[in-house]
Amino acid sequence: MTDLTRLTAAETAERIKSGEVTAVEVTEAHLARINAVDEKVNAFLHVDRQGALEAARAVDAKRAAGEKLGPLAGVPLALKDIFTTEGVPTTVGSKILEGWIPPYDATLTKRLKAADVVILGKTNMDEFAMGSSTENSAYGPTGNPWDVTRIPGGSGGGSAAALASFQAPLAIGTDTGGSIRQPAAVTATVGVKPTYGAVSRYGMVAFSSSLDQGGPCARTVLDAALLHEVIAGHDPLDSTSIDAPVPPVVEAARSGDVRGMRVGVVREFSGEGYQAGVMQRFEESVELLRELGAEVVELSCPSFTKALAAYYLIAPSECSSNLARFDAMRYGLRVGDDGTHSAEEVTALTREAGFGDEVKRRIMLGTYALSSGYYDAYYGSAQKVRTLISRDFERAFGEVDVIVSPTTPTTAFPIGERADDPMAMYLADLCTIPSNLAGNSAMSLPCGLAPEDGLPVGLQIIAPAMADERLYRVGSAVEAALQARWGHPLLEEAPSL
Amino acid sequence: MTVTDLVSYEDVLASYEPVMGLEVHVELGTKTKMFCGCSTTLGAEPNTQTCPTCLGLPGSLPVVNATAVESAIKIGLALNCEIAQWCRFARKNYFYPDMPKNFQTSQYDEPIAFDGYLDVQLEDGEVFRVEIERAHMEEDTGKSTHIGGATGRIHGASHSLLDYNRAGIPLIEIVTKPITGAGARAPEVARAYVAELRELIRALDVSEARMEMGQMRCDVNLSLMPHGSEKFGTRSETKNVNSLRSVERATRFEMQRHAGVLNDGGVIVQETRHFHEDDGSTTSGRVKEEAEDYRYFPEPDLVPVAPAREWVEELRAGLPELPRLRRNRLREEWGISQHEMQSVLNAGALDLIVATIDAGAPADQARKWWMGELARRANEEGADLASLPITPEQVARVCALVAEGSLNDKLARQTIEGVLAGEGSPDEVVDKRGLKVVSDDGALGAAVDEAIAANAAVADKIRGGKVAAAGALVGAVMKATRGQADAARVRELILEKLGVQG
Repeated sequence: MTDLTRLTAAETAERIKSGEVTAVEVTEAHLARINAVDEKVNAFLHVDRQGALEAARAVDAKRAAGEKLGPLAGVPLALKDIFTTEGVPTTVGSKILEGWIPPYDATLTKRLKAADVVILGKTNMDEFAMGSSTENSAYGPTGNPWDVTRIPGGSGGGSAAALASFQAPLAIGTDTGGSIRQPAAVTATVGVKPTYGAVSRYGMVAFSSSLDQGGPCARTVLDAALLHEVIAGHDPLDSTSIDAPVPPVVEAARSGDVRGMRVGVVREFSGEGYQAGVMQRFEESVELLRELGAEVVELSCPSFTKALAAYYLIAPSECSSNLARFDAMRYGLRVGDDGTHSAEEVTALTREAGFGDEVKRRIMLGTYALSSGYYDAYYGSAQKVRTLISRDFERAFGEVDVIVSPTTPTTAFPIGERADDPMAMYLADLCTIPSNLAGNSAMSLPCGLAPEDGLPVGLQIIAPAMADERLYRVGSAVEAALQARWGHPLLEEAPSL
Repeated sequence: MTVTDLVSYEDVLASYEPVMGLEVHVELGTKTKMFCGCSTTLGAEPNTQTCPTCLGLPGSLPVVNATAVESAIKIGLALNCEIAQWCRFARKNYFYPDMPKNFQTSQYDEPIAFDGYLDVQLEDGEVFRVEIERAHMEEDTGKSTHIGGATGRIHGASHSLLDYNRAGIPLIEIVTKPITGAGARAPEVARAYVAELRELIRALDVSEARMEMGQMRCDVNLSLMPHGSEKFGTRSETKNVNSLRSVERATRFEMQRHAGVLNDGGVIVQETRHFHEDDGSTTSGRVKEEAEDYRYFPEPDLVPVAPAREWVEELRAGLPELPRLRRNRLREEWGISQHEMQSVLNAGALDLIVATIDAGAPADQARKWWMGELARRANEEGADLASLPITPEQVARVCALVAEGSLNDKLARQTIEGVLAGEGSPDEVVDKRGLKVVSDDGALGAAVDEAIAANAAVADKIRGGKVAAAGALVGAVMKATRGQADAARVRELILEKLGVQG
């Protein structure tokens, strides 16, 4: 019998539709897999067995009643614990929201439910999505299925690890500086940060409002596209949501033709700090694109070297304000409410106990950067850099259709290695951050294993805003060619857990 | 608390020039809140008009209320302001439990309206121009109720209750430029400005602006500078002065207090102060040792507001006549003095009189009823004129019945009494109470005959040519008919029956 957890989302949906398997069987197979392996991986913070099985039964009942099923009906999904789920805990990886049961569904959650996607549970993440390793979770780190002593990337390490360990064929991530793409790269999965505003942020707990973007995670480019179509689209509850049709991503993922496309390679995405094996796989991918009929163009985007600095002013500034609401008054943790402390002291004690070090570090950074007298020098300058980066992209996209780069400079590092060195940790997002600052779209997909450590390397593809379909066109072409070369999906080379 | 001796008002003016800055918050009368769909109705059970957005739940997002933006633009236009082509909201960051997000979504350096003025008219008719710095949009906070303390303030309270129904109600904050040159009339100017602004807001129909309900709240900033100086003194900020009278008193008190401190060689501390309605004094609130750092930055959750020029012009074209101009026009049309007009305004009768005139009544009649009988009734009941259970249309109908001769003054008064007593419309009251003037000759004839018979001596005098004596007989007939007779007709009938020429 086929192992239902090894199927792609598209295959799973087909089999449920044809009646070959039931949605309940698929869900049970994944719940069993979670039972078997998640103790080692720690991808899930909360598994909603009952909710998942109910959703699956509803899909089977729909099919039995002859109702039309959507393209992902009955397919299980791992949801990053940053989206609110009515009646199901949402912690954002933080102690400060421990025990909070949201009274409402995020728009993304609603869309998943409306599409009959089966939500298995909520996945682990760096606290408030701040981190590149999932080590900043208040609920313990997640292991990389390729080597559980290594990091699965972050902040969405739980979602990526759930995919790579076959606990779910689909997952949702959020990407503020690379939190979808970097985990995808180090786990050999596919992750897409859609254009800013493509996926509603309503009900997605805010880290940095002007950068945060939810997006699809999967094991194949087509699966990511199918999920992209379910979650994207205008939402009147999110003022920054794009009021335009969703780009034809599924169609693009099925075409896989890059002949005549112009592909840019940006000089600034290389050099010191880039692992040799990562660069080798990247350069092979560029060569592959050339073989597939694309034209490769070398570019320079000088402002990209300042992206990290600008990011670490803008994101902390916004987060210092976004996280002010966690004051113990209305929800979540409350410390010191014993009749001897004032409200102000209860707020201070709760924030002291409820936030982890990285969150505190960023709140302090942001508070400082926004202070009067420093605002222009820090926040103001960072906004100028942001404009320059957007202009560099604009100029580049005048010459090329997409830009490619390594997703992250190195393969997965051991848990604990960079925990005490925030600057080293921040470098993991060197190649991903410019797209968040510019608000355009980007994807990471597996492009091989680094020869020196046998760990996955990610290829990043960047497209202009509102042209997300180009990611899927290029991504599916690369994926097909590489799998033909390897003879199987890269994940099959991962050790069994 | 140190008690400062107040300086007499005359002595303040002898040495100092007052400088005022007025900040007025107006709660807009939109159906829903500034950034979510919750109702703004006052008086609901605490925390029943809330949602994830106005409670600041994790993940929630704001969406701008388009009606609130429209109201803000109307206010800006009526205040002769420039309307921003493009502006953003900003976050004002500070912690307070009644503010769900611990930042207020407001506007900072890009207000929707700026650089305007409002001409206000003092009671003697003098017009004073108040320059407007800006009008910007923001959201209200929730409401804290401090329990267990003596004063209702947080100091000494054992715990506090929070009601977030008010959190997120749209506010427009209107800030004046420093008001100089008002001299002795500063308190009067302050009052007249707030009164004029309130009239304006109501005329625009964007808020009821009821100060006693907290729909309009005023902060009075005041400083003194010695005559001849160009440099403003240190100001105090008296918060939440919530009636017109209080605005005037708070300004006056602060002038006298500042002068006392300065005359003693003291220094004015920049601080917020609380106003006390009972004795008209202010006391120190929170001292602002250094300017609070609100860490303003553009609100990333909201797209900029960029009102189309055509739309702004459409709104400008649709503005109602400004209250001051309207008052002056009406005063001239009615031919009354500034003083009489002031009485009409003080009685809150202006709109009622206008509506009565619009319903067909002559201006003097409309004014007579509202400022006479009805004002007296309202006064007796301690109620607003507008809350009396009679409409301008009903008053106009009474005027019409008088004009066509169906009612005389006395009957008209009774008709209005009946309407106020809930007996129905004027026509229904006239019917039910049988108040119509009797001018029917048959019915009157009998009464006249009776009067002549009962007053033979008077009748003889009349027959003898003393026509003036007819008044006594008319009175007798009126008495017999309980005032319902048409007095003129009665007189005619008496003379006719006695064979005398009128």
